[in-house]
Amino acid sequence: MISFDKVSKIYSDNSAALDGVSLTIQPKEFVSIVGNSGAGKTTLLKLILAEEYPTSGNVLFDSMDVHKLKRRKLYQYRRKIGAIFQDFRLLPNKTAFENIAFAMEMAGRSEDEIAADVPYVLEMVDLGNKMWNFPKELSGGEKQRVAIARAIVNQPDLIIADEPTGNLDPVNTREIVQILKKIHDLGTTVILTTHNKGVIDSLGKRVVTLERGRVIRDDPHGKYVL
Amino acid sequence: MLWTSIKRVIRGGVVNFYRDGFVSLASVFIMTVTLFVMGGMVFLSATLSASLEDIKNKVDVNVYFLTKASEVEVRAVQSALRTLPEVKEVEYISRETALENFRKRHENDELTLQALNELPDNPLRAVLTVRAKEPSQYEGIAAFLKNDNALSSGSKSIIDEVNYYDNKDAIDRLTRIIRATERLGFALAIILIIISISIAFNTIRLIIYISREEIGVMRLVGASNKYIRGPFIISGILYGISSAFLTLALFFPLTYYLGDSTEAFFSGLNLFRYYLAHFGEFFLIITGSGIVLGSISSFLAVRRYLNV
Repeated sequence: MISFDKVSKIYSDNSAALDGVSLTIQPKEFVSIVGNSGAGKTTLLKLILAEEYPTSGNVLFDSMDVHKLKRRKLYQYRRKIGAIFQDFRLLPNKTAFENIAFAMEMAGRSEDEIAADVPYVLEMVDLGNKMWNFPKELSGGEKQRVAIARAIVNQPDLIIADEPTGNLDPVNTREIVQILKKIHDLGTTVILTTHNKGVIDSLGKRVVTLERGRVIRDDPHGKYVL
Repeated sequence: MLWTSIKRVIRGGVVNFYRDGFVSLASVFIMTVTLFVMGGMVFLSATLSASLEDIKNKVDVNVYFLTKASEVEVRAVQSALRTLPEVKEVEYISRETALENFRKRHENDELTLQALNELPDNPLRAVLTVRAKEPSQYEGIAAFLKNDNALSSGSKSIIDEVNYYDNKDAIDRLTRIIRATERLGFALAIILIIISISIAFNTIRLIIYISREEIGVMRLVGASNKYIRGPFIISGILYGISSAFLTLALFFPLTYYLGDSTEAFFSGLNLFRYYLAHFGEFFLIITGSGIVLGSISSFLAVRRYLNV
């Protein structure tokens, strides 16, 4: 589904964030990417989202080179991906309901679909009672659950989660991981980056370890080893 | 589908406008200042042209005829002058009227009246008071009076004196002052308007700068450029409309307050009545400028943050 072909990314100060990374992710896989800060995890995800462009090499999504897409057309590609971030990235002026409805509006869904699906996904992440709260009125864990609901509401082919538990306490972390597992069980590809050893060890799924921009380990039933 | 999108964009813009209450209020105030300056310039130019018009009307040229010139001959000159395109009006004051005016002016001056009564004949001359459309045109009119033989009876001119040549310096100077004032007023208006437009534009840019992360999030959620830009433009239009209404409302008490004093000072131009009489134009200019300024500023400002 996604393949990196000898991808390098060098930022302006000549430090290689990624250095000749080749990696293939199959549909319906759950892949965790681990590594120290600065190992290149976030750069890898930004390349998939076409937020960054590789210095060399190609990133393919369903055999389509994502960096050859025109900037104006990128949004159509991004609708296939649900993204979850450490800092939640909710729209501060919109309620939980509206944040999710916004993503559905972007995908061209009708008002009826929005009225039916938004409460459903919010219920799924256990936020049915906070539908009309603004992000500033929600806790970190709740914000992240809204972000997850937003990411999955359009049933994307791929979920990208960039350190989604980075700002959360252990209880919330466990809940978020459970939700991600559930999403994966329903047949969505998930790519997760994390620092959290406990999360990785509890998943028992494929683990790719990055170090200084290179893949140093790719283990189908991995543990967090650094 | 298109209608749904338009509806969503408009709703998004309106919702942002009132949820960003404080920020919206700030930009409405800034834009009000801008529109106020624009409206003020309209008032200023109206006052300026009214008072210039008034000064221009005070300038005239008197043509004095020899006492032997008959009324028919003077009337002939009057109609000849009326055919000139530069001439606005020509007033005829007969010798008798001139005498009457003189007596009235000196009614408390026994000595003068007595002296006048001693005279065998009316010593006063018939006068044509000529008003040109522009002060600069008096020279041409004076030249016409000097040259045209049609104005003479027989071989001798019936015109005694044209006082243009006495007033030439004053008229020339006035013409120059009027032109300079018009030019200066126009330049000043343009500069003020440019400054206030750029302030309003930068305020909106600042507001959108605050939202740059939001724009990034929208991009990542898969929003198209049109969909991101639309609500900002709607908010910009709402800033424009609100500040236009505020400005139009502010002009009522202000012109009412200034109305009487401007009427006394600027020769009968009452700003309040002027505002009421031209309210339609003011409404269109101010509201139109507000909408254009708000929407274009938003459009340009968002464009910077769309390349995420």
